[in-house]
Amino acid sequence: MTALGKLFRTTAFKLSFAYLLVFTLFAFVTLGYVAWSAQKLLTDQFVSAIDTEINSLAGIYRGGGLRRLVGSVERRSRAPGASLYLVTTSLGERVAGNVGALPPGVIDRVGEFETLYNRTDETDAKPNVALVRVYVLPGDFRLLVGRDIEERVRLRDVIHRAFGYSLLFIGVLGCLGSWFIARRVLKRVDDMTDITRDIMAGDLDGRLKVAGTGDELDRLAQNLNDMLDRIGELMRGMREVSDNIAHDLKTPLTRLRNKADEALRTAKTQDELKGSLEAIIEESDNLIRIFNALLMIARLEAGNAREALADFDAAEAVRDVAELYEALAEEAGVSLDVSIENDLPIHGSRELLGQAMANLLDNALKYGAAPDGSPQTISVSAQRAGSEMRIVVADRGPGILEAERSHVLERFVRLETARSRPGFGLGLSLAAAVARLHEGRLMLEDNAPGLRVVLILPLKDIPVTQTALPSAA
Amino acid sequence: MRILIIEDDKEAASYLVKAFRETGHVADHAADGLDGYAMAEAGDYDVLVVDRMLPKLDGLSLIRSLREQKVETPVLILSALGQVDDRVKGLRAGGDDYLPKPYAFSELLARVEVLARRRASAPSNEPTVYRVADLELDRLSHRVTRSGHEIVLQPREFRLLEYLMKNANQVVTRTMLLEHVWDYHFDPQTNVIDVHVSRLRSKIDKGFDKPLIHTIRGAGYMVRVGSVEEGEE
Repeated sequence: MTALGKLFRTTAFKLSFAYLLVFTLFAFVTLGYVAWSAQKLLTDQFVSAIDTEINSLAGIYRGGGLRRLVGSVERRSRAPGASLYLVTTSLGERVAGNVGALPPGVIDRVGEFETLYNRTDETDAKPNVALVRVYVLPGDFRLLVGRDIEERVRLRDVIHRAFGYSLLFIGVLGCLGSWFIARRVLKRVDDMTDITRDIMAGDLDGRLKVAGTGDELDRLAQNLNDMLDRIGELMRGMREVSDNIAHDLKTPLTRLRNKADEALRTAKTQDELKGSLEAIIEESDNLIRIFNALLMIARLEAGNAREALADFDAAEAVRDVAELYEALAEEAGVSLDVSIENDLPIHGSRELLGQAMANLLDNALKYGAAPDGSPQTISVSAQRAGSEMRIVVADRGPGILEAERSHVLERFVRLETARSRPGFGLGLSLAAAVARLHEGRLMLEDNAPGLRVVLILPLKDIPVTQTALPSAA
Repeated sequence: MRILIIEDDKEAASYLVKAFRETGHVADHAADGLDGYAMAEAGDYDVLVVDRMLPKLDGLSLIRSLREQKVETPVLILSALGQVDDRVKGLRAGGDDYLPKPYAFSELLARVEVLARRRASAPSNEPTVYRVADLELDRLSHRVTRSGHEIVLQPREFRLLEYLMKNANQVVTRTMLLEHVWDYHFDPQTNVIDVHVSRLRSKIDKGFDKPLIHTIRGAGYMVRVGSVEEGEE
C-alpha cells in the first residue's frame, strides 16, 4: 500500500473529509441566505421609495394638472443622484422626464418590474437595469418612476465572489487539516503497531508511549500498558507458584519418604507398621491439602474463577461461618463476639468468601491467645461502609509486627511463633487472593493489642433507601 | 450394591474396584467414556462413579447423554479439578455428587452409599418423621423427642440431626455434613464439625445408656442402634 493510499484509508482522513463536506454545505447555505436577504432588503427599500414619489407626484398632478407635474418632474430629474422619471401620453409619447429609450410596451405594465433603460443625458451608454413602476394618471397620462439597480447587481457580484473564495478557502484548509491530522494519528498508530509487534515477538517489557495528552489514543495506550502489566504480573505469579510448589512440596515429600523408609527399617510388629502407615496417610493428606490450597490461590490470582461468581448476601455467608466456628471457640474457652449487619449484597463466590472467613477465624483461634493469659476474645463484624463492606476479624493476641504484616500475606510464610502449631502458612494468602478476586482487599492492622484482619469487598448495589443512612463505622 | 467405576487410570480403577469389593459391594470397571456409557445404560447399577476426564467421551457428556436417555442412576463425579465452578458444572450436567481428587476412600464410600440409598427410597415417600430407636425427629413440626421427652435444638443442630437420621445406619463424613448442613464445600481443616456433633450428642445421648450418635474413626459419624463394630468412642 502506498503512503498516500494508506493516508486515504485512515479513519482520521475519512472523518475530516466528511466534516469538510458538511461545512462546505453549511457555508453554501449560509452565504446563499445572506445574499438573498440582502437583495430582498434593497428591493423593498427601492419599492417603498418609488411608491412614495409616485404618491407625491400624483398629488401634484391632481392639484395643479399636467403643467405642475411636468415642472416638478423636470426639477427632480435635474437633482443630483435623481431617481428615474418619465411622463408619457397613453400612446407612449414622451412628455417629460430623464428616461430616454425604453423597451416597447413597458408603460402599459402595472406594478413593479425590472426593465432596461437609457438616460436622456447619456445617449450612447449601454442600457442599465432599473426597478420601475408605472402609474396611470387621470386623463390617461402615464407616470413612470424608477430606481437604477446597478448597485444591487454589484452587490450580487460581490457576494458571488465571496462565495467562490470562501469555498476554495474551506476546501484547501480542510484538505490540509485532515492531511495533517491523519498523518499525526497514523504515525502514532504505526508506532503502537510496531511496539506491539515487538512485544508479541517476545520483548515483554516493552511498553507503548503515552504522550500525556489524555486523548483517546493515549487512553488506549495506557490501557494496553496496564494490560501488559497485568499479563506480566500473572506470568510472574505463575512462575512464582511453580517455584514455590517445587520448593515447598519437597519438604513434606521428603518427610513422607523418610517416614516410609523408617517404618520399613524399624517396624517390628504388625501394629507398629500399621501406626506408621497411618502416619504416612496423614502426611499425604496434608500434602494434598497444601496442593489444593496452592492450586486454588494460583487459580484465584489468575482470575479465571470469575465465571463462577454470582450475587449473594455476604452478611448471611459471614454469619454462617461465624456460627460454624462459634461452637469450636466456646469449646476452647474463647469468647466470640459477632456483630453482622443485615443485607450486604455482593457479587462473588459465597463458597470462597466462606473459605476465607474460615481461614481468618482459624488463625484467630490458633494464634489469638492473649500473651498475659487473660481470656481469649475474638470479634467478628461485617458492616456497610459506603459502597463497600468491611469484614473485621480481630483478636487480642500478640498481633503481628508492622514490618512483618505484608510478609505474612505471602505464600508459605509462617512466623517463628507459629512454627510449633499445625498449619501451612497459606490461610492468609488464600484470604488475600479471595479478596482480590472480589476486587476488594485484605489488610492487617494493629488491634492494640492483637491483630485485626480487615477484608473490604465492594457491595453489589446500594438500595436507594439505604444510601441516605449514615454508614456505620 | 452394584457400582460401576468409569475411570481411565488403571491403577486408580483397580484400587477402587478392590476397595469396593472388600467393603462388600459389586464393582465393575469401564476404561473409557464409550464403554462406560454402554455399560451404564445396559447394566442395572446402583451408583456410577465417573471420572471427569475420560478418553473417547468425557465424563460430563457421558452423564448428559445418560440423563437424556432417562437413565437416572445416581452419579458421583470424580475430578482432579476441585474448584468451585467445576463442581457447579458437574452437578448441572446431571451429576448427583462431586468429589475432588485426591480423596480418601472412606469419603468416597460414604458418599456412594448415601447415593445408593437415596435411589432405593424415592424422594416422594421420604418419611416426615425419622425414627431411630426411641429418638424421633418430626421434619414438619421441627420437634425432636427421645423416649417421649422433648429435646430443644438450635436450628442448625436440628439440621445436623436431620441429616444424620436421614442417613441412619450409614457413615456420614465431616465434609458431607459441612456440605449439607452449612452448604459449604471446603475442607474443614480444624475440628469444627466435631464440636457441633459433640454438642448435639450431649443433647441427644446424655442420660441415656444406649448412645445413638457414633463416631466412625477415620471416616465420620453414624446414627444407629447399638454399637458400631470398629473404633467406637
